[in-house]
Amino acid sequence: MAISLKLNGQTHSVEAEPGTPLLWVIRDELKLTGTKFGCGVASCGACTVHMDGEPVRSCQTFIEDVEDAEITTIEGLKSTPAQAVQQAWTELDVVQCGYCQSGQIMSAVGLLSENAKPTLEEIDDYMDGNACRCATYQRIRAAIVRASEIMEA
Amino acid sequence: MSVLTSRRGFLKGAAASTAAVLVIGVAPSGAMAAGSAAETTMLNPFVKIAADGTVTAIVKHFEKGQGPATGLTTLIAEELGVSMDAIEYEFAPSNPKLYNNTAFGPIQGTGGSTAMFNSFQQYRKAGAAAREVLLQAASHAWDVPVAQLTLEDGVISGAGNKAPIGEFVAAASTLTAPEEPRLKDPSEFKLIGNANVRRKDTPPKINGTAMYAMDMQLDNQMVVVIKRPTRRGGTVASFDDSTAKDVKGFIRAATLPNKAGVAVYAENTWAALQAREALDVTFDNTAAERRSSEDVYKELMAAVNTAPEYNLTKNDQAEIAGAIDKADKVVEETFYFPLLAHAPMEPLTCTIEATEDGGVILHDGAQMPTSPHAALAQIFQLPMEKVQIKTMFAGGSFGRRATPTVDYQVEAALAFVMTDRTRPVKLVWSREDDITGGYYRPAFAHKVRVGLDADGNIVGWDHRVAGQSISKGTPFEAFSVHDGVDHLSVEGVTPTPYSIPGMFAGLTDIKPATTVLWWRSVGHTHTAYVMESMMDAAAVAAGRDPVEFRLAHLAGDTADQKRLTGVLKLAAEKAGWGNAENGRAQGVAVHKSFGSYVAEVVEISGDTENGVKIEKVTCAVDCGIPVNPDVIKAQMEGGIGYGLGHAMRDEITLEDGEVIQQNFPDYEPLRIGDIGEIETHIVLSTEAPTGVGEPGTPPSAPALANAIAAKGPRVTELPMNKAGVTFA
Repeated sequence: MAISLKLNGQTHSVEAEPGTPLLWVIRDELKLTGTKFGCGVASCGACTVHMDGEPVRSCQTFIEDVEDAEITTIEGLKSTPAQAVQQAWTELDVVQCGYCQSGQIMSAVGLLSENAKPTLEEIDDYMDGNACRCATYQRIRAAIVRASEIMEA
Repeated sequence: MSVLTSRRGFLKGAAASTAAVLVIGVAPSGAMAAGSAAETTMLNPFVKIAADGTVTAIVKHFEKGQGPATGLTTLIAEELGVSMDAIEYEFAPSNPKLYNNTAFGPIQGTGGSTAMFNSFQQYRKAGAAAREVLLQAASHAWDVPVAQLTLEDGVISGAGNKAPIGEFVAAASTLTAPEEPRLKDPSEFKLIGNANVRRKDTPPKINGTAMYAMDMQLDNQMVVVIKRPTRRGGTVASFDDSTAKDVKGFIRAATLPNKAGVAVYAENTWAALQAREALDVTFDNTAAERRSSEDVYKELMAAVNTAPEYNLTKNDQAEIAGAIDKADKVVEETFYFPLLAHAPMEPLTCTIEATEDGGVILHDGAQMPTSPHAALAQIFQLPMEKVQIKTMFAGGSFGRRATPTVDYQVEAALAFVMTDRTRPVKLVWSREDDITGGYYRPAFAHKVRVGLDADGNIVGWDHRVAGQSISKGTPFEAFSVHDGVDHLSVEGVTPTPYSIPGMFAGLTDIKPATTVLWWRSVGHTHTAYVMESMMDAAAVAAGRDPVEFRLAHLAGDTADQKRLTGVLKLAAEKAGWGNAENGRAQGVAVHKSFGSYVAEVVEISGDTENGVKIEKVTCAVDCGIPVNPDVIKAQMEGGIGYGLGHAMRDEITLEDGEVIQQNFPDYEPLRIGDIGEIETHIVLSTEAPTGVGEPGTPPSAPALANAIAAKGPRVTELPMNKAGVTFA
């Protein structure tokens, strides 16, 4: 079926069967590879994108359910919280292998967009679904705190 | 300039020997120097400088997160005299003559925490040699002695002259680089040891532009997934793809030539995964593994309770056992460690395409380029020069991407062989393939008896180890197996840096139940747990403080003892050892691995019944000269997290030969809330740099176990949650 997909401010017409995860449309059809495949069962968060501004796991979001939504991927990030998060991630050199970091950043931006000054506990709760096998967690936590400060400044 | 496009430019430039691109290196040393005289004078291409002055470091180690892209680049920039902002990097092509790991001999590859250890002098010399020919060229141009010239921040100046290095690149390329260029005295270092140097790979990894092997999107490529036997030793008997044909995008299915699976070809990843689901495969399991983890457990326990196959200490076990029997106190524990998967964040993948001249290119997060290079040449019956390896970012490895069988690259090659080779083939593993796919940290058991005299000093140590050898029967056997003993099974037990009179150690190999592999810190994953749990249990039995007890048994004069003492004292001091907050408990462990010394203090709250919470880990590391202090801290943080997460709740189990766990829900990764805080302190050493990727892992789990034991049971079988420990 032909689907009209609004992604990063542009409208794309894509051909995909119902039940196709948004992840594979983004990666294999639109060739935007910043959104990662990690588990396919919404348990690692590497595929996190924004749907109408809210983080969702694109591996368990199906193409027929996104037709009227605005999808944002790591390549399309430009909000104030997004800039603050990317700056903080740079200052603290959060990344190691980096494979999960698009998803971490998408979730962190989601958190700061709804809660500009989260507590450490709120950060841990919100980021719980984003796995990082390199265990960069304490830098992720510190970078979210730093991003919050940048937004406040 | 992107990593991938610029490398193409480098190869072209180097081949044409144009004056626009200067390739400078130094004479090889060690294993490489054994070749002909012509080889020893060959230029080693580690430094590339374009006519516009752009400096590029050619990085021979792949970047799976441990930081060589930053570290090796730092060495070049330091000795050459440019800022970190003025230097780019590219991953080296596969060429073991130029880019071998000098710790591995004639093999190009990364592992064993050797990247900085084997590159430190080599890359410094390459940077220094580049500086010297540039200064010589400027000297000729200005008619000023080299001694009057300096090169700083990419600018050569002296005797009233000043110009950027780019102006001298063409002339310098015609000069011969000195074999032993002058290296900076450590007091002159500006970048080495500078905590403000930032990672070179951060920018592309925070905006989605970093290219991993999983991100290959070549024109007209096919995606292949493989339906594999569920038991080790199983083979494909037949398959039925009539339902798979209904999946839109399915191309075809075919049994791999070695019958190790059925390759499913499709137009895209989702179609390939869907078609594989629909595929009906019958496996021949007559030669397949049928044991369960319980059987392996019983076999291991029996092995540590009988006379060991190999006597590692070449002494009389009965005599030492007798001394322990007569000791004032005896401490005895038996330990079990399960199979563990590596589960790197990026599932395994690589892509193969044909070149116009009949060769092939492998796009891969290549940990050991020499291995797939040789394997592909053999499979495609091509000369080595017709096989290219393009190394991309790797989304973690922890050892998984370097297998003796070259497993996933061979799968991709076999899948490509079965096509007309007009379309690139991208092999993709799902997370389920990864978790169930073998190559695990082997299961091990240890049984230890320690005797203490009336003063609480160790008088005897009887230690038996049993497990499946990682190296035996593989091409790596010569590397780690001596007199029948796989060093990877016992490293960390013997030789021990502790002064232990009367130590016996023995090993028994058990027959393979699955494919096993090195897993971040290899044998130290279990040996450090046992040694440090036993030192702790012995200290408690002796009525002595665990830190003081260890220090007393490290009181000798060897370098290992002094450096272990250094990190242990530092970690204890920084952690406030003995002064935990009310209701909290501390545990300590100290261990040497991969040439580096690490002590860790874990502080916990709660208890095993209501939930243990890891509040803080304090780490001290001595890894020689700390080249990139912030990268070292990151590696300690990551190594600690990797060790603790698996010890807390992960294992791979077999039932009737099949792996039970499938994906992250039942192989639960460490999560952000599991560890409160990690604080790392680095010893300011002047020794040569040693590893940091692995050494943070070994002390972490025993330090946690010792903290738990301080207020509850001693956990001797992992994972801890299976042994009755709940975590908050």
